[in-house]
Amino acid sequence: MAALRLSPIDYAVLGVYFTFVLSIGWLLKRHMKTSADFFLSGRSIPAWVTGLAFLSANLGAQEVIGMAASGAKYGIVTSHFYWVGAIPAMVFVGVFMMPFYYGSRARSVPEYLKLRFDEKTRALNAVSFAAMTVFSSGISLYAMGLLLGSLLGWDFTVSILVSAGIVLIYTFLGGLTSAIYNEVLQFFLIVMGFLPLVFLGLHDAGGWSGLTAKLERVATSQGFAAGAWSQSWSHLGSAAANPMGVESFGLVMGLGFVLSFGYWCTDFLVVQRAMAAQSMSAARRTPLIAAVPKMLFPALVILPGMIAIALTVQGDAGGFALPKKPDGTFNYDMAIPMMLGHYFPPGLLGVGLAALMASFMSGMAGNATAFNTVWTYDIYQSYIRRNAGDAHYLWMGRMATVFGIGASVAAAFVASRFNNIMDMLQLVFAFVNAPLFATFLLGMFWKRATGHGAFAGLLAGTLAAALHHGLTLPAHAVAGVKGGWFAVLHRYPSEMAQNFWTAIFAWSACFGVTLLVSLASRARPDQELVGLVYSLTERPREEKAAWHQRPAVLGVVVLALTLVLNLVFR
Amino acid sequence: MGIDIRIPIGLMFTALGLLVGGYGLLSGSSVRQGINVNLWWGAGALLLGLAMLWFSRRDSE
Repeated sequence: MAALRLSPIDYAVLGVYFTFVLSIGWLLKRHMKTSADFFLSGRSIPAWVTGLAFLSANLGAQEVIGMAASGAKYGIVTSHFYWVGAIPAMVFVGVFMMPFYYGSRARSVPEYLKLRFDEKTRALNAVSFAAMTVFSSGISLYAMGLLLGSLLGWDFTVSILVSAGIVLIYTFLGGLTSAIYNEVLQFFLIVMGFLPLVFLGLHDAGGWSGLTAKLERVATSQGFAAGAWSQSWSHLGSAAANPMGVESFGLVMGLGFVLSFGYWCTDFLVVQRAMAAQSMSAARRTPLIAAVPKMLFPALVILPGMIAIALTVQGDAGGFALPKKPDGTFNYDMAIPMMLGHYFPPGLLGVGLAALMASFMSGMAGNATAFNTVWTYDIYQSYIRRNAGDAHYLWMGRMATVFGIGASVAAAFVASRFNNIMDMLQLVFAFVNAPLFATFLLGMFWKRATGHGAFAGLLAGTLAAALHHGLTLPAHAVAGVKGGWFAVLHRYPSEMAQNFWTAIFAWSACFGVTLLVSLASRARPDQELVGLVYSLTERPREEKAAWHQRPAVLGVVVLALTLVLNLVFR
Repeated sequence: MGIDIRIPIGLMFTALGLLVGGYGLLSGSSVRQGINVNLWWGAGALLLGLAMLWFSRRDSE
């Protein structure tokens, strides 16, 4: 049964959105003359555009839905995925790492690894990254198909093919520029679509003070201290004191350091946006500009979930209530979709739905453009056909877009039939990704790190992640895809805590092994590493620029603002 | 490169603002919690759209 009914005005709104998305691709088609236009936007985009795209590419529908679900399930502690788990890493990549990504003229993150280390390290990263983008966009396609089915009664196959088809058309025509431009348009639509939801929900809950009073009942009814849903730091002393089941050390080291820096500083999906910027300064400011809306996003995506659970527990007749699953637990993932239906009249409902689809498409286009670049430059040009003309690689990029999106669609259908295959794949990718930041950190800031060291370190880190996962289990879980498939040596209070510690172990193993193997292998001469390692690279000069053009100053401002938010909502 | 992204964004929000705001004026089912949300959202979107177009025009001169 469809939970929402759309009116003609809602279809008109969706129609306007789709028209603009497609016409951006079409308008950009004639500007795609070389492979550098297609994969790198000719390095010509202003910082505010790449900044908003940087943010938007990461903001998939799963993130919007998932963050609201987390907000309902765990409360404001979820904000740490932004304040601890994103902002510091975004500042770091902008201020310290971008000079090497952008300055080395590498066309992708794997290519940087090739320049800094060696061929095998690049191959490992390129292949695992390419596979991961295909599967993760397949998984989000699948989630989108399910959501549109349950929400609007749309057919799963049609939903998937139409959404993937639109993304395919605009990335095929206009390449990275089209993806980036659409991400900016989608950013504004997402903000404009969810703001009225927050406003109406908060109004309904009696403002912030009314909301916190209701959240106290949510917390006490589940046996936690009254502030557990509305205070972000006060209940992190022990894992038992907060619903997420994490303590501050695991949170800061696991999420804030390893996972967050591993994602924001090494994932080509986001880094590619910054690489398309028009100058070194614009590239460095990209993540810093993105960080400002990012730190406010909890109000847009987590707050609705908190409102949803507060109103549900209040239980007014005719008021908002979260639906339940067949087993009697709340279906937290429906928080945002059900609120759209509850609060939005026809017209605005179309806008809300367009915003949801925009978040899905921006995420998928991010994957598509990252995939086609890594495939074409790091796999095809490096191992399959080395010396073809530029037009051939441009053509291959377009083909890779078709192939990548086609493979994602196939993955979505596989996911709809064998859900646990996808869970296992995600797990494997998590193992591969966990140690990455150690490799980049040593590569960029320690000139003695070698290719053999990096490669051995990555393997050791992945192995450590798998081992740790195989030997531990979250409370109340059965051994299997959740862990414990060797033996159960330790039980964590929650899956989240287990994830954080898996990451910590993987990172430490990679760091240690890279260090040892590097010292045992032959160093590369200094002159080969100029522009790739911190100590051998001239610092970018920026003294003459206005303060808001200077990455270091911006970085400090961003961190200070984040600190203030943490203090206010501690 | 190619096009100024503020133009499509500006045009889209202008169109959506007129569409949803106009619907709010005409239809009786736009009021939630005592607020005509379609009308207000439409006004906001129109303002955003026109601001984008104005910035784009200002910079191209």
